[in-house]
Amino acid sequence: MNAVGLHRKLEENAGLLIFGILFVSAIGGLVQVLPSVMQESLVAPEAGARPYGPAELAGRDIYIREGCGTCHSQQVRPLLAEIKRYGPYSRAGESAYDRPFLWGSKRTGPDLHRVGGRYTDLWHRLHLLDPRSVVPNSIMPAYPWLGERPANVGDTIQRKMRALRMVGHPYTEAQIEGAPQALEGMMEVDALVAYLQGLGVSSDGAAP
Amino acid sequence: MANAPDAAAAEPIRGPIRETYRDRVVTALVAFSIIWSLLGMAAGVYIAAELVWPSLDFGWEWLSFGRLRSLHTNAVIFGFGVSALMGTAFYSVQRTCHVPLFAPGLAWFCCFAWQIGVLCGGISLLAGWSGGKEYAELEWPFDIAIAVVWVCFAVVFFGTIAKRRIKPIYVSNWFYGALIIVIAMLHIVNSLAIPVSISKSYSLFAGAQDAIVQWWYGHNAVGFLLTGGFLGMLYYFLPKHAGRPIWSYRLSIIAFWAFTYSYIWAGPHHLHYSAIPEWVQSLGMVMSLILLAPSWATMVNGIMTVAGAWQKLRVDPALKFIVLSLAFYGLATFEGPMMAIKSVNVVSHFTDWTVGHVHSGALGWNAMITFGTFYFLVPRLMGTALYSVRLANIHFWLALAGTMLYVLAMWGAGVSQGLLWLSLDEIGEPSFSFKDIMASMAPYYALRLVAGIVFLAGAGLLAYNLFMTMRGRRTVSASPPASDSESQP
Repeated sequence: MNAVGLHRKLEENAGLLIFGILFVSAIGGLVQVLPSVMQESLVAPEAGARPYGPAELAGRDIYIREGCGTCHSQQVRPLLAEIKRYGPYSRAGESAYDRPFLWGSKRTGPDLHRVGGRYTDLWHRLHLLDPRSVVPNSIMPAYPWLGERPANVGDTIQRKMRALRMVGHPYTEAQIEGAPQALEGMMEVDALVAYLQGLGVSSDGAAP
Repeated sequence: MANAPDAAAAEPIRGPIRETYRDRVVTALVAFSIIWSLLGMAAGVYIAAELVWPSLDFGWEWLSFGRLRSLHTNAVIFGFGVSALMGTAFYSVQRTCHVPLFAPGLAWFCCFAWQIGVLCGGISLLAGWSGGKEYAELEWPFDIAIAVVWVCFAVVFFGTIAKRRIKPIYVSNWFYGALIIVIAMLHIVNSLAIPVSISKSYSLFAGAQDAIVQWWYGHNAVGFLLTGGFLGMLYYFLPKHAGRPIWSYRLSIIAFWAFTYSYIWAGPHHLHYSAIPEWVQSLGMVMSLILLAPSWATMVNGIMTVAGAWQKLRVDPALKFIVLSLAFYGLATFEGPMMAIKSVNVVSHFTDWTVGHVHSGALGWNAMITFGTFYFLVPRLMGTALYSVRLANIHFWLALAGTMLYVLAMWGAGVSQGLLWLSLDEIGEPSFSFKDIMASMAPYYALRLVAGIVFLAGAGLLAYNLFMTMRGRRTVSASPPASDSESQP
């Protein structure tokens, strides 16, 4: 039987065709994606890495909600020009507590993975509420509503930390209990600034 | 069957009653698809305008770029694209199997549940519900709803195939089948998450692993939805249209299996020079290059199918759209593998070149083939002639001009961004500040806005033209041919 004849079998049997498509399309995932998902070292936190504190976590979720990752990457590539511009290149162990990852795919604005500590809190605040007040020809949207809303409502932050603890983020009960207090009086913009100021320095308190 | 030279030898299976095809659901899906194309492209034009005049969001969060951008992508991919794919799959699977749809009630459920899902999902994105993964932003309640509708889609589609009267399953159905099966697999795995509240969840995967899973999904949503699904459309409607069988049946077999096998490996080219393992990156690059072969095999097969029917291009705007879509398919599937080469990717990654590449596929290939198919399909569904061939011809030129302008603007923007970012001065420091490079993008972004408006205007003409064709009419009833041994699907 030639190849076309053999193929006729697949074409005349819907079950075989479905199985064939599933099998052929699954191979790539099984060989390439599955081993990566099983490879513990890929998501092992590097030395000194710690899960996000309450303010940073709340800030990160605001970053996701507003789609900041649409225009800002968080992935410095190991290229001389990028290291010069942004700082040390990004390592896997730095993203171990990132759910989802926020490496991004587009730099309409600059990379943010090493932005922590580069500007003052005040600069970030002004910049987020009205970008053109500090960068005249910026095309970033303004986020005035971040200054009007509390960073935590009810037990939201605790539920978030408990969910993350279920998937292995090492939060202690005391940290979770104290989280609402840590966010007391903070507005969304403050939480977002806390997150940005921790980027690239969260591992051991200093830029690597 | 239009596929095999020996298709006529297929054993006819005769049934006693010839029911009519279930085409009203097809008409509904086509109409919804047209509405989504206008909404989704209008959102695209609006965010393009925001990049020129950033205060266009009026400080209102629901119009903010970051939220509106995911509404744009979701509305065009899942509203416009999937509605068109579902409609044309329902239309062609009946005709290639010579039976009406299996479980037509379920087909109607798919149609309306999908529209409600995309509408509510779109609103949720504007409200800030986002999982944060590109092209998979919708939160977990929508992920579950999508999975349910998708399973119903599979039941209707494969159920129809199961009761077919034509023994060989036609090639368009392999592609639609692959769309249904592979998208289900990708969607379910990539959406795995721990819910926190109705509007928030955390991915089950973290960091580098999440990145690999996301781009396995993201690249193959492009692969099996925007490429494979629309190839199903091509393999049915192009031969119908040109009045000629597919040029090479053998080539379509080889291209299909090579495509299904190799596409799935290519995702990591979105993660070059990142912290994922080197071997995963290199494998992704090599498989992306290999992907050029099945892609161009399909393009050649399509072009050769039209060869000999070129005279039809002069009088039939629908066929013009389909032939042009093949040209853009060839362009985008050449550009993609080139951008997957690491040394090219160094320049192209993170720039507007990527945006241009996506749109040469999305506008030039997906939208064009859908427009061509709708211009062919709607008059047939209504049992009448197209309202205006002249308007369709104007639309053709607007669509071509809009796409070309868009792609050229983004090439200009992307290549200059990529090179300027990498440029170092004589003491080894970056030559230009990010702000200056960003500011120099203004003319390109303005040009892109014009391109988007031109393309949207064309889509507006299509909507007007086809609604005028539909106005006051009902879907005509069509029946399978009396004998199943006929060679045309």
